[in-house]
Amino acid sequence: MAAYAIQRVLLVIPTLFFVALITFVLAKAAPGNPFDRNENRPLPPTTIERLNRQYGFDKPVHEQFVLFLGNAVRFDFGSSLTRDRDVRDIIGGEFPVSAQLGVQALLLALAIALPLGIISALKHNTAVDYGSLLFATAGTTIPSFVIAVFAIYFFAVKLHVLPVYGWGTVDKMVLPTVILSLAPMAFLTRITRASMLEAIRQDYVRTARAKGLGEQAVIVGHALKNAAIPVATVIGPFTAGLITGSFLIETVFSVPGVGREFVNSILGRDYPVIMAVFLLFAFIISIANLTVDLVYGLLDPRIKVGQ
Amino acid sequence: MTTAERPFSGQARAAALNVLARKQRSLARDALERLLRNKAAILGLGIIALFMLIAIFAPFIAPYDPVVQIDATGKANPSMGEPWFGDPKYVDPAHPLGTDRIGRDTLSRLIWGARVSMVVGFVPVALIFAIGVSVGLLAGFYGGKLDQILMRVTDVIYAFPDLLFIIIIMATLRNHWLGDLLGGLVLIFGAIAVVNWVGMARLVRGQVLSLKEKEYVEAARAIGVSGPRIMLRHLLPNALSPVIVAVAFGIPSAILAEATLSFLGVGIKPPTATWGSMMFEGYGVFATTPWPVLLPAVCISIVMLSFTFVGDGLRDALDPRMRT
Repeated sequence: MAAYAIQRVLLVIPTLFFVALITFVLAKAAPGNPFDRNENRPLPPTTIERLNRQYGFDKPVHEQFVLFLGNAVRFDFGSSLTRDRDVRDIIGGEFPVSAQLGVQALLLALAIALPLGIISALKHNTAVDYGSLLFATAGTTIPSFVIAVFAIYFFAVKLHVLPVYGWGTVDKMVLPTVILSLAPMAFLTRITRASMLEAIRQDYVRTARAKGLGEQAVIVGHALKNAAIPVATVIGPFTAGLITGSFLIETVFSVPGVGREFVNSILGRDYPVIMAVFLLFAFIISIANLTVDLVYGLLDPRIKVGQ
Repeated sequence: MTTAERPFSGQARAAALNVLARKQRSLARDALERLLRNKAAILGLGIIALFMLIAIFAPFIAPYDPVVQIDATGKANPSMGEPWFGDPKYVDPAHPLGTDRIGRDTLSRLIWGARVSMVVGFVPVALIFAIGVSVGLLAGFYGGKLDQILMRVTDVIYAFPDLLFIIIIMATLRNHWLGDLLGGLVLIFGAIAVVNWVGMARLVRGQVLSLKEKEYVEAARAIGVSGPRIMLRHLLPNALSPVIVAVAFGIPSAILAEATLSFLGVGIKPPTATWGSMMFEGYGVFATTPWPVLLPAVCISIVMLSFTFVGDGLRDALDPRMRT
């Protein structure tokens, strides 16, 4: 187990190296000069030369990559090409917003999905069950930005009850949080329902009933405990997915987070920011995947990790 | 001895003969029957077929050119075109679903948008299928170097936030000559395929690893069947069920990827009409003219739901044990 854990942790390093390499190559393959923003009013060659020197773009490509890697290890991504600010400061200021949005959405998803999934399994093949299945299907299928557009139409344009843009006050957080939470909520409902359905059919549940335990003790103490394993393992990747996948919601609702920053820097060809955000996201996802692999073995003694 | 215990009693023999006389059923036929009994899947298939027809016959159905700004009515402000169910003051019977803010017919743009969505759904998935199945078969069957490389590549690709990676590819190469082929479609196909073939390869590899230990593969080997033939005749058909399900879910996710890219403004280049780009272009004036944004959103939802119904139906039909 320890050897496996160390091996998995070490694997994050080459993974991130290749993520950095691929994004770097792509950024370099992009045609045109990132400083030339207006086709009709090209910058004078001397200005471009000076900017290239300032950002180190005049050096050979492999040297630039080594330099980039060396700096990235120290979390130094240089300064933005579009604003006179350090990339680290930009992301440092925005990451807490994305993290808050992601965690709020996850908590909301859990608060609704767990009871809904359990009830739906206990009331298998009833109207409640079908209703929650329908919700689970729609929630995982209809894309978040499409739901966001409908929600904005009803709550902001028609009913004027909620603001559409921004962040910081509770009323501004409602729509982005709820809509971001829908997809994981639907997934979690499905998973909870499925694993609960499986758990209540197991022999140990029948045994618990046979020895005369009350229904509540059977469900909570025996079925739920085992049904929780698959649910627990997806929470890590879901958190990562919520933080890294909120870029659409952040863009639609103008939430000042890392995701919106990423979209804006893509549109503005601000490569230092793009690279930094992408590496950050790849790092978060790697850690989440790693956690699942390791935690799985701890939660379920029947599974021997690393064999 | 009761009748039931005697193996060759009249009744038992009749039953046995009855079984033999029954029409032979294949797995595929069983699966098809199960699929056809699934009402949601049938509904989904019907809607997809309808959108396919719309996509194929778009030039004949669309009442206007989707990219030309029309002002046939000579209205002062063509952006006022509301759909027939909208604000009656601004409804123009010549444009049943209204026009966008620069006076392009929404219905025509939706019809041509269906074309992009269908093409983007099927082409990348065909690529993913071809590459993923070949690599997965070879890696699973022969193991060795190819297998190791596949596993390492997967580790890296799995760490990528996939949609963001597609966005980066699109953003960086969009103004490259690659991005100009078919108005950016070729680059979208490539980007979606590059990110997703690995999952398919991993899936096939896993199937092959467990299938190649089966007795029928051992038997085929024992009578001297060649490696490629074992792969194609024995392993592939048996590994196909989860692959078909993956393909069925891959199509809507490719459609969604294009819609997302275009919605963010890094997808197919304007003025080509796609559902995502219609939402992108209309979003700036969404509060005053919502329909050019809402209608493509409705189309995306309907198509996504239809594919999910079919995908769920296929999964249940091909392997009832996978049902959740």
